[in-house]
Amino acid sequence: MSAGVDRVAAAFARARAENRAALVGYLTGFDPDRNGSLERIFAACDGGLDVLELGVPFSDPTADGPTIQAAMTRALASGATVAGALALAAEIRRRFELPIVLFSYANPLVSYGPERLSRETAEAGADALLVVDLPPEHAEVLRGPASARGLGWVGLIAPTTTPARRARVLAASTGFVYAVSLTGVTGAPLDPSDPALHAGLATLRSASSLPIVVGFGVRKAEDVRALAGHADGVVVGSALVEAGARGPAALGELVKTLRAGTLRA
Amino acid sequence: MTAAPQPEDDNPLRGPPELLGEFGEFGGRYVAETLMPAVEELARAWPKAWADPTFVDEYRAILRDYVGRPTPLTEARRLPEAIGGGRIFLKREDLNHTGAHKINNCIGQVLLARRLGKTRIIAETGAGQHGVATATACAYFGMPCTVYMGAEDVSRQALNVVRMRLLGAEVRPVTSGSATLKDAINAALRDWVASVADTHYVIGSVMGPDPYPLMVRELQRVIGDEARAQILDRIGRLPDAAVACVGGGSNAMGLFAAFVPDAAVKLFGVEATGEGLQGRHAATVAKGRIGVFHGMRSLVLQTDDGQLLEAHSISAGLDYPGIGPEHAHLHATGRARYLGISDREALAATELLARTEGIIPALETAHAIAALPAVIRELGPEAVVIVNVSGRGDKDMHTVMTHLDPATLALIDEAERGRKAARAAHHGAAGHGGGEGLIVDGHELRAERKEGA
Repeated sequence: MSAGVDRVAAAFARARAENRAALVGYLTGFDPDRNGSLERIFAACDGGLDVLELGVPFSDPTADGPTIQAAMTRALASGATVAGALALAAEIRRRFELPIVLFSYANPLVSYGPERLSRETAEAGADALLVVDLPPEHAEVLRGPASARGLGWVGLIAPTTTPARRARVLAASTGFVYAVSLTGVTGAPLDPSDPALHAGLATLRSASSLPIVVGFGVRKAEDVRALAGHADGVVVGSALVEAGARGPAALGELVKTLRAGTLRA
Repeated sequence: MTAAPQPEDDNPLRGPPELLGEFGEFGGRYVAETLMPAVEELARAWPKAWADPTFVDEYRAILRDYVGRPTPLTEARRLPEAIGGGRIFLKREDLNHTGAHKINNCIGQVLLARRLGKTRIIAETGAGQHGVATATACAYFGMPCTVYMGAEDVSRQALNVVRMRLLGAEVRPVTSGSATLKDAINAALRDWVASVADTHYVIGSVMGPDPYPLMVRELQRVIGDEARAQILDRIGRLPDAAVACVGGGSNAMGLFAAFVPDAAVKLFGVEATGEGLQGRHAATVAKGRIGVFHGMRSLVLQTDDGQLLEAHSISAGLDYPGIGPEHAHLHATGRARYLGISDREALAATELLARTEGIIPALETAHAIAALPAVIRELGPEAVVIVNVSGRGDKDMHTVMTHLDPATLALIDEAERGRKAARAAHHGAAGHGGGEGLIVDGHELRAERKEGA
């Protein structure tokens, strides 16, 4: 049984073999509380996620839009901690085989201790880290210990990223690369058929052999369908958080619908 | 992994990108990838602009002709007697246009934004002083301006909201998180993530991602450069100490910058201990831990789990859970020392400076004044000390009255009772006298006092 960056690679290989994009879903740990978030995450995984991004809450999530901000605020109010989020990851791992990526900001993770975080992340069965405010220039503090444990490091490429920066981000990335679809925060409005977006993804494709996922603003199956041919995976975040607020069943249904959109023509 | 230095990252003031911490282990550019190119652009453009005589001449001319620089260095006449001696020189940033040092930075950054071809300005504000200064600079240059302000602060500092709107700025209240300064910065960063192509973010202190801490220090160092020349001219030698209050720390860095190389000049930063270190406070140096926040690695007030704590100070300008990275560095190396002053001590110092010198300082500034007795105790009664009067106190009169001046409130209450009695006697007949305005104010003041109770 593979783990860490290998498990991530296997998930993308499986989706590719089925001629579809991988469905990457984001949910915040402890939103609205510990057990409530587990129910939602289980429902989303049962609905057909290929990769789970598990949000580890931070008090000041500056790259996130209102939906994920509010989710992180609820989570902290219900007692979320880094240790608690790692325990959630372990519970998810007991039931599901899909790769788990911890999504967070530098301060809670670095504050926890890079060595300790990496060891416990691996022990919990999570596979990679995505840290929004650790650009490659500063990544080594976490990336080093995480890589030593076989964990992936997911770098972000934005529409504003210059070619020189792109090379820097790609050099630091393992597992997969996250292409930010729009110049803005998570959950902002997106035109998934924008030719400039597709061209940007093609340029990135030619610069890296890593799987590329595209996210920010992807809400519906049509959005996923419009992007499935341009990336190895499509990320849905704010829309899942909002559906989760309507209950695990509604969330599971949405994931099924989105999953249907991943098939390439 | 060590990336090779990239050609696009040619700031001569800094080493290769992996050594972005400008100030020892502090500083850096901890921002989302979307913002990194803009921050790099600023880091390239800033040193070029600052080395360009055309840019610097324009900046200095505006400071002279519009802001009112140089500001005087006033020797305190009666204050020393009250604080155990010393020769105290007051650097009068309170006499700047808009009433504080903030404008020095805003003029420079808006000039730089124009040079970069940006067509829109955003800013955060806590008490409203940086927002007013940014709105002022934007009115001067004819640039559209959006100011993010915590919803809590919008209601606490309503007059500054009116000022900003009068100056043509749009004020956007921020309701997320604690709805105060740190959340206003979060909201401004989110705006900037989406608007970076045409928008410049005027950060108001020596904080945030590189190059802001460096750039804002340089734009504020006019304070220290002037004070240094003025004291040399006045007494023929350097001072024994320089003292300034520290929230993010821009007025302090502006003063300190001119004296850091002079090891004999002791530097004292004064942070707010609020209600006391066991209660709510903003004592980042005393109680903070190294963290990553608002784009920088610095000292941060945070929980054991790395979540930000809410700061508290009676002065909104010091009410911030972080501190500029250069201050963290000056603290770590021992070059500067950081003292703590409580809300109550600051209020008392406001009154002290008002009565001994005829200068009503901002509550932020009052923290620096309140630290002077300790500085004089340490350095002796012959010590020469420059203290930065970073701003004037007009904006704080409501706070001062509710906390410090029960006599005025009693007077207003009495007038109110008298008016009611007169009304009852005359059944609302004509003849409302000259006291009306005061009495109307009295309604508001009593309501505010109840809230604070």
